[in-house]
Amino acid sequence: MTDLCRLTLKEATDLAKQDGAQSLLNAFSKRAQALNPKVNAFLRFDPAKIEASVNKAPLCGVPVSIKDNICIDGREVTCASRILAGHVAPYDATVIEKLKAAGATLFGQCNMDEFAFGSSCETSAIGPCKHPWDLARVPGGSSGGSAAAVAADMTLAALGSDTGGSIRQPAALCGVVGLKPTYGRVSRYGLIAFGSSFDQIGPITKTVEDAAILTNILSGHDPKDSTSAPRSVPDFTQALKRDVKGLRIGLPKEYFIEGIDPEVEKSVRQAADLYKKLGATVQTISLPHTEYSVAVYYIVAVAEASSNLGRFDGVEYGLRVPAKELREMYFETRDQGFGQEAKRRILLGTFVLSAGYYEAYYLKGQKVRTLIRQDFEKAFREVDVILSPTSPTPAFKIGEKTADPLAMYLSDIFTIPANHAGIPAMSVPCGFTASGLPIGMQLMARPFEEAALFRAGYAFEQETGIYKKKPTL
Amino acid sequence: MEFQIDKVAELARLNLKPGEKSKLEKDLGAILDYAQKLNTLDTGSVEPTSHVLNLENVFRADEVKTSNAAEKALEHAPHRDGDFFKVPKIVQRD
Amino acid sequence: MKYEPVIGLEVHVQLKTRSKLFCACSTEFGAEGNRHTCPVCLGWPGSLPVVNEAALALAIRAGLALNCKVAERLKFDRKNYFYPDLPKAYQISQYDMPVNGKGELLIETKAPDGALVEKTIGITRAHLEEDAGKLLHEGIPDGSLVDYNRGGIPLLEIVSEPDLRSPQEAYDYLTALKAILQCIEISDCDMEKGSLRCDANVSVRPEGQEKFGTKAEIKNLNSFKMVAKAIQYEIDRQTELVESGEKVVQETRLWNDAKGVTFSMRSKEEAHDYRYFPEPDLVPFTLSKETVAAIRKTLPELPRERAKRFVRDFGISSYDAAVLVQEKGTAEFFEACVSAGAGAKAASKWVLNDLLAILNEKNSAIGDCLVKPDALAGLIRLTESQTINSTTAKAVLIDMAATGKSADAIVKEKGLAQVADTGLIERAVEKAMAANPASVADFRAGKQKALGALVGAVMKETQGKANPKMVNEILLKKLSS
Repeated sequence: MTDLCRLTLKEATDLAKQDGAQSLLNAFSKRAQALNPKVNAFLRFDPAKIEASVNKAPLCGVPVSIKDNICIDGREVTCASRILAGHVAPYDATVIEKLKAAGATLFGQCNMDEFAFGSSCETSAIGPCKHPWDLARVPGGSSGGSAAAVAADMTLAALGSDTGGSIRQPAALCGVVGLKPTYGRVSRYGLIAFGSSFDQIGPITKTVEDAAILTNILSGHDPKDSTSAPRSVPDFTQALKRDVKGLRIGLPKEYFIEGIDPEVEKSVRQAADLYKKLGATVQTISLPHTEYSVAVYYIVAVAEASSNLGRFDGVEYGLRVPAKELREMYFETRDQGFGQEAKRRILLGTFVLSAGYYEAYYLKGQKVRTLIRQDFEKAFREVDVILSPTSPTPAFKIGEKTADPLAMYLSDIFTIPANHAGIPAMSVPCGFTASGLPIGMQLMARPFEEAALFRAGYAFEQETGIYKKKPTL
Repeated sequence: MEFQIDKVAELARLNLKPGEKSKLEKDLGAILDYAQKLNTLDTGSVEPTSHVLNLENVFRADEVKTSNAAEKALEHAPHRDGDFFKVPKIVQRD
Repeated sequence: MKYEPVIGLEVHVQLKTRSKLFCACSTEFGAEGNRHTCPVCLGWPGSLPVVNEAALALAIRAGLALNCKVAERLKFDRKNYFYPDLPKAYQISQYDMPVNGKGELLIETKAPDGALVEKTIGITRAHLEEDAGKLLHEGIPDGSLVDYNRGGIPLLEIVSEPDLRSPQEAYDYLTALKAILQCIEISDCDMEKGSLRCDANVSVRPEGQEKFGTKAEIKNLNSFKMVAKAIQYEIDRQTELVESGEKVVQETRLWNDAKGVTFSMRSKEEAHDYRYFPEPDLVPFTLSKETVAAIRKTLPELPRERAKRFVRDFGISSYDAAVLVQEKGTAEFFEACVSAGAGAKAASKWVLNDLLAILNEKNSAIGDCLVKPDALAGLIRLTESQTINSTTAKAVLIDMAATGKSADAIVKEKGLAQVADTGLIERAVEKAMAANPASVADFRAGKQKALGALVGAVMKETQGKANPKMVNEILLKKLSS
C-alpha cells in the first residue's frame, strides 16, 4: 500500500472520491501523532474529532490544516500567544466557511510566530516549530507550522497568512509551494489582523496544482470585508499547462545583491535558464526602491499592528491578570501576555504614530510605499512575471538570529515588496543546497494575475519534479 | 536615535521589566536609525499609500441581523457578571 | 477689567439608523445587557467593519441642513486609546477628511436688553464616528460592568466654532441645533436616552483681546439647562482665577449638578495622544454631486424657514413663531390646527400657553397628546362663537387632554354652554344688584371698580355660564337707569 500521507491534495481527493476520506484521515492522524512531538508544527489537532465528510463536495473530507490566527467557530485560536490562551472563536472566518463548504476536514491548527511577528517561528509562546529537513533549524515564519506540516506530510495542505512574506518564506525554507494572493482576492474576515493593509490568507501546498485548487476555493468577493475586491475569480486550474512560450520574465537586479547565499543565487539563475529553454524570454529589470522596503514595512505594518493589538487588554477575552484597579490590569495583562517580539513591534508602531513623529515616520513610510508600488507598475509594463529568490538564505539555525532583530527583519527583504504593492507572489521549490536544504524561488505578477504564477510555477515544477523529494523523519 | 521608551510604553499600556527595557530600547533605536535611510528620498510630491486597491464607496445596506455572539463571548469572558463583562475599579480616566 | 467668555460646543447625536454604523446589530434602546452585539461591535479578533450606507446619508443630510461644505472625498481614521467601553482600543472616527466641513447655524438669541437678535454661529465640522459602550458603576463596589449594546451606534459629532459668548447663546444654539436635527429626522435628540450629548469648551479673555484664553472642557452635561448653568459657573470660576492673577489650567472638568460646580478630572493631559491614522479596514468614499443633490432634494422645510413662513402667512409674532418651530411636533400641530379652521393667532396662543403647559405637567410629547389639532380647533371655535368663555375653555382643554373627548362633547355633557338668554341674565343681574346694594351705591358714586364685584356675583348666580359681554351690557344698562 502506498503511503497515503505522501499523496498530493489532488491525488488524495481523487482517492477520497472513490473510497471516502476515512483511511486518509487515519493515516494523517497517526503520522501527526508520531511526528508532532518532534516538529511541533501543530498547536492542536484532535484525531478523535475528525469525521470524514460524506458529501460529494470537491475536497471529499480530506485534511487541511489552519494557521492559528484564523478563526474557526467553537475552537480555540491563540496566534501562538499567551494573551489569547483559552480564547474560543465564536464564528468562522470566511475562508473557513469556504473550506467547510468545499468539504475539507479542518485538521490541525498550526504553530506560528506570535501574532505572525517573525520569520522563524521562534517567537511562538508555545515553543518553536522545527524544520522537517533539519530539526536544528527554523522552518521560517511566520506560517512556519503550516509549511513544516505540509513538508513533513502531516497534512495535505495548510492555510497561512502573509503580511511581509509569512507564507512564501517558510514555504521556500521547507521546500513546499506557498502563495500570497493579490490583496483583496481572499477575504480577511476572521483572520486575526497584523498589518491590515498587507495581510492576505493563502495556501501552502505540496504542488502548484494543489495551490491552484485551494486558491479556487478561497478566492472571491466577501461583503464582510470592505477591502475585498469585487472581481470574478477565474478557474486557476485552467492555467496549469506546461507552456511558458512567450512569457516575459524579469530578474530584478536589486534582488541579486551582496549578502545573498551563493547557492540560492545559483539555483534561481538556473531556474531562469530553464525558463529560457522552455520558450520564455528572460530580461534584467530594475525595482529601484527595493532597499527601502524593509524600513517602510517596519514602520507602516507595525503601526497598524500596534493598533490592531490594542484590543488584547484582558476585558473581553483571553488572558486577564487579576488586579484591583483597571490600569494595573491593562499593564499587567499586556506585560505577561505578550512576548518580546510582540512588545517590540507594539512599541515601535505606537512610537511612529505618536504626536511629533507621525509625519517623519508613518507618513513618510506611506509615501515611500507609493514609490515601491510604482516600481512594480513600471516593471510590469515590460514583463509578465518577476522571478527572484524568496529568501536570501536557506533555513538558518534555531537561535541564530534572535539576538539581532534587525538582521531577522532583513531576511524578509525579497518578500516584503509584494505586500507593499498588494501583488500576488508565490514561492516554488527550485533546488537544494549541497547540505540538502530546500531553496525556493519567488514568482510575482500583476494584481489579480495569479494565473500567470500558476502557469509559470507549474511548468517549472513539472519539468524538474523537485517536489517529489521528501525529508526523512 | 533616542527612543523614549517609558512614554511609548505608557501609551501602549505595556509594563516592561527592568531587564527587557534596556534591550528593547537599544533594538528600537537601531531599527529607527535604519529607518533614517528613508530620509534620503525626496517624497515631496508623492501621495501616501493607505490602500493598495483603488476601491472606494464600499457599503452595506441598513439591515438588522441578530447574532448570538454575546452568549458565546460572555461564556468565555475572563470575568462575567450576568449579562455583562466585568472590569476592575476605574480609578481615573486617562 | 471686564472679561469676555468664549464658548464652543461639541455635540454628539446618535443617528437614527436601524443597524449600527459598521455591523448589522440593532440600535434599539433599552435591550438587555449585550443583546445587540456581534463579533464586529464586540471588537472580536478577526472581525471587520463595513459602513452602513444609511448612516452616511443621514450625516450628509445633517451637513446640508447646517450649510456645511459636504466632502467630495472622505475617509475614516482610527483614534487609539484604552478604555473598557472601547472594545477594539480604538474608535473608528474621522480625522482630517470628515464628511462635513465648515458650516453655520443662524440662531435667535436674547440680547442682554431682552430684545431678540440673530447671530450666526460657525460650524467647524460634523463627522461620523462610532459610539462607545456603556459602563455601569452604580452599586458595584469593586468594579464596573460593561454593556456594548450602545457600542457602534452611529454618531455625528458636530463641532461649533468658538463663536458663542454667553450661556444664553449656548442654550439658544443647542435649541436651534436640536430643532434642525429633529426636523430633518436624523436623530431623536433625546438627552435622557443619550441620543444627544454635549461637551462645552469654555475660556475667558479680557474684553478687546483677540487671543483666546486657556480653555477647559466640561463634560457630564445632561440637559441644555445644565449646559448653561455649567458654563456660567465655569466663566465665574475662570474670571475669578484670572482676576486674582492665577492661571487657568487646560483640562477636562466634570459638572456636578447636585453641587452646581465643575471639578477637575485630574487626568494626565500629556497622556492623550490618540495616534490617529487612516483606518486600513475601510476604503475611502467619493461623493458625487448627484448623490449630494439627491439628498438635498429630500430636505424638508427647516425650522427657520418655517418660522418665517408662519410670520408671513399667519401674521403671528416672530417670537411665537420661533418658539413654535423649536419642536417639530409643535410646529406641525399648530399648522394642522390652523388648517382645521382655527384662527392662527388663537391657535398659537392656545398651543403655546395652554397645551404646552398641560404637556409639560404630564411630561409627555405633543405627538402622544390625546388632544388632536382638529379637536383644539373645535375648542377655539366654541370660544369664538362665545359658546363658552375662556375660563371654561381652559378647564375643557384639561378635560380633553385627560379623556380625548371633543370640546363639543364635554360642553354638552357638563352643560357648560354660555347662557345668552337676555331674560335669564336680566333676572340674575337684578338678583345680584339686590344682594349687593353697597356695590351698586359705590358704582353709582363713580367707583368703576365696583362693577367687578357685581359681574362676579352674576357669574356666580349663573354658574359661570353667562355670556360675559351680555352680563356687562345689561349690568351697565340697569345701573345707569
